[in-house]
Amino acid sequence: MPAELIVSHSPHVRSDASIDTIFYAVIIALIPATVCGIYLFGIRALYVILVCISSAMLTEYVAMRLMGEMELSIDDLLHLRLPPPTGVIITGLLLALCLPPNIPLWMAAIGAAFAVAFAKCAFGGLGHNIFNPALVGRAFLMASWPVAMTTWTKPLTYDAITTATPLGLWKMQDIATPYMDLALGNVSGSIGETSAIALLIGGIYLIAKRYIDWRTPLSYIGTVAVLAFVLGQDPIFHILAGGLFLGAFFMATDYVTTPITRKGRIIFGVGAGIIVVVIRLIGGYPEGVCFSILLMNAFTPLIDRHVRPQVYGVKRKSFFVSSANK
Amino acid sequence: MLKLNSFRGGIHPPDSKITASKAIEKAKLPASVIILLHQHVGAPCKPLVKEGDEVKAGQKIGDSDSFVSAPVHSSISGVVKGISTQLSPIGSEVQGIIIESDGKEEMEMMDAIDPATATKREILARIREAGIVGLGGEAFPTHVKLSPPEGKEIDTVILNGSECEPCMTSDHRLMLEQPDKVVNGMKAIMKVLEVDRGFMGIEDNKADAIERMRAVVEKEGDGRIKVVPLKTKYPQGAERILIKTILNREIPSGGYSCDIGVIVQNVSTAKAIYDAVYEGIPLIERAVTVTGDVKEPKNLLVRIGTSFHELIEECGGFRGEEGKILNGGPMRGIAQYKDVPVIKSIRCILVLDIEKSRIPEERECTSCGTCIEACPIGLMPTALGKLVRKKRFEDCTDYHILDCVECGSCTYVCPSKIPLVQLITYGKEEINRSKNAC
Ligand code: SF4
Ligand code: SF4
Repeated sequence: MPAELIVSHSPHVRSDASIDTIFYAVIIALIPATVCGIYLFGIRALYVILVCISSAMLTEYVAMRLMGEMELSIDDLLHLRLPPPTGVIITGLLLALCLPPNIPLWMAAIGAAFAVAFAKCAFGGLGHNIFNPALVGRAFLMASWPVAMTTWTKPLTYDAITTATPLGLWKMQDIATPYMDLALGNVSGSIGETSAIALLIGGIYLIAKRYIDWRTPLSYIGTVAVLAFVLGQDPIFHILAGGLFLGAFFMATDYVTTPITRKGRIIFGVGAGIIVVVIRLIGGYPEGVCFSILLMNAFTPLIDRHVRPQVYGVKRKSFFVSSANK
Repeated sequence: MLKLNSFRGGIHPPDSKITASKAIEKAKLPASVIILLHQHVGAPCKPLVKEGDEVKAGQKIGDSDSFVSAPVHSSISGVVKGISTQLSPIGSEVQGIIIESDGKEEMEMMDAIDPATATKREILARIREAGIVGLGGEAFPTHVKLSPPEGKEIDTVILNGSECEPCMTSDHRLMLEQPDKVVNGMKAIMKVLEVDRGFMGIEDNKADAIERMRAVVEKEGDGRIKVVPLKTKYPQGAERILIKTILNREIPSGGYSCDIGVIVQNVSTAKAIYDAVYEGIPLIERAVTVTGDVKEPKNLLVRIGTSFHELIEECGGFRGEEGKILNGGPMRGIAQYKDVPVIKSIRCILVLDIEKSRIPEERECTSCGTCIEACPIGLMPTALGKLVRKKRFEDCTDYHILDCVECGSCTYVCPSKIPLVQLITYGKEEINRSKNAC
């Protein structure tokens, strides 16, 4: 018998899934929408994306140094040996994708820094934040510079002709945009939100890889469609226009800030769907995806506490399991 | 129609059953064995021999007055060299009898009994006398399991041939090579329990075994027994999951299978019952898969008490740098740090090289929910892990921690490599300890 054997608790095999592979997959899934955005809105869009990602990465790095979570020697820095910052790349990219293409770059940088510093690191970093950082960044910019955040450019013109988004046209002037333009993305809007098809490709890829649960986008988009239909609106227009696909496939499916159980995810999707329709039809803004997800993020801890899977051998209780000592 | 084939949750680890096509070989007769006096759940045995005594193979050398216990037998003929404290492959320290072989293969057998005419009581007594315990790993004395408490009406026997744990093939080989003994052992179980319905659950990655067992059941013309193919998925063979899959019944939380009228036995236990009843042979050897990073993985018929080291040597020794030696498979195996003797409940000795033995680095939980989806019981492993870390054991009970079957599926799938089942097991121990303290 060899002298030195390793002793550990079972199991002695682990699947090869890792956080990093999942994060990489999300980045890959966002490539179609990113490429589409750059194609539609030009090099400006690429600048916004790069600025957001760099600002997000830098902020996380500084925050982690300050909190002493990351020990890096000068040698590591000189050789660029940094830990894989995949999570924060997604935050930066997602924020860029929901910004208008002509936003001043310094604004984009501040937005990304705010998102990472206050929505992620202040809560304790990966796994501890309550709100989706990218959406917090967007909401912050929206509150600080509402004009820059609602100045849209026409796609494929590349010279900053301002115009309204399809939802803006519908809300203010009651003009409908053709479905084909909405599906392909040939409309004005945020960098990554306009092409429903590009977003769908990425979303389906993540669902096929089982990295995200189909229940969230389905219940979210489904609720918007059904509710729009019931309220006498055009359901197809409402699901294709605005940031619904971007939100449904890439933000409402964020692991950390959305419910952990399948039942919980359906509740999240339905709730967010209702909020979107209410904001679009009743609220002052033409678009409601960002706030619908942030609001449901706030309910997520509550949902997670009360919605639990059915346990084997335990009598079926109601849908909500009441926890006795809360 | 019952849903016959699968269950919710579960995982698909690589099955690594590299010894599936290798017939069971008789292992070399060991020069000495250590027979542990506590190889089962229940009271330990007291030695019936002393240093210097001559013993025969099959001779009873340890027994207990307790009902929940099973005697132990010498597995070789030879001389008692001493009785001392030994390390057992389940991690406890127990008394063991060291026997040195005299090279003669003298065997002490019991009389065969005919289950057709024998009474239920006689068969049960024989099962106890032969030292039979649950050979699927749980090591619960079989005569106890086959004596359900007064008032529990048993209507179904399930024979577990699922062998869902990766790497193991000893049950598979047994079903292929000695299917008639398995079936007859099962009949003896059904006779004892006075039950007219039996199922034999086998995972569908063992199509040849399903076919073989079906052929034997048909030949025997026993309409009461049905062979059920099960979807290959871990942990199909866990008792609770197996019953749910085959009968769609659930053992109530905190209860036992007899509460819902079912007794589950492993196929190798049925084979041992056959040997004891029909042939009068006590439990002194069993099939063990020795696999993983050994030069020549094998299925071996092993005398109880043989050292792990000797069996690994018989399979050519380590391949590569040694890392871990496990009693059991990769999902539930217990890592050893010293040489230990084989006990009745050992099905597999798995050797892992240093690469495979590395413990992955843990990261933050992202609340991805993968562990919840993998849990066959419907628990929230991530919540349990966090609560155990905070030592909030009362909240753990509220999250049904005691219903965990410790299958390890949650830890297996976690992308952040969080040791969930490890934390849960610790939490359960703490809770049980404080319960016992009251
Ligand atoms: S919580 Fe227990 S039963 Fe559920 S997967 Fe983990 S070890 Fe298995
Ligand atoms: S699988 Fe791991 S990371 Fe995912 S929720 Fe469970 S514990 Fe957290």
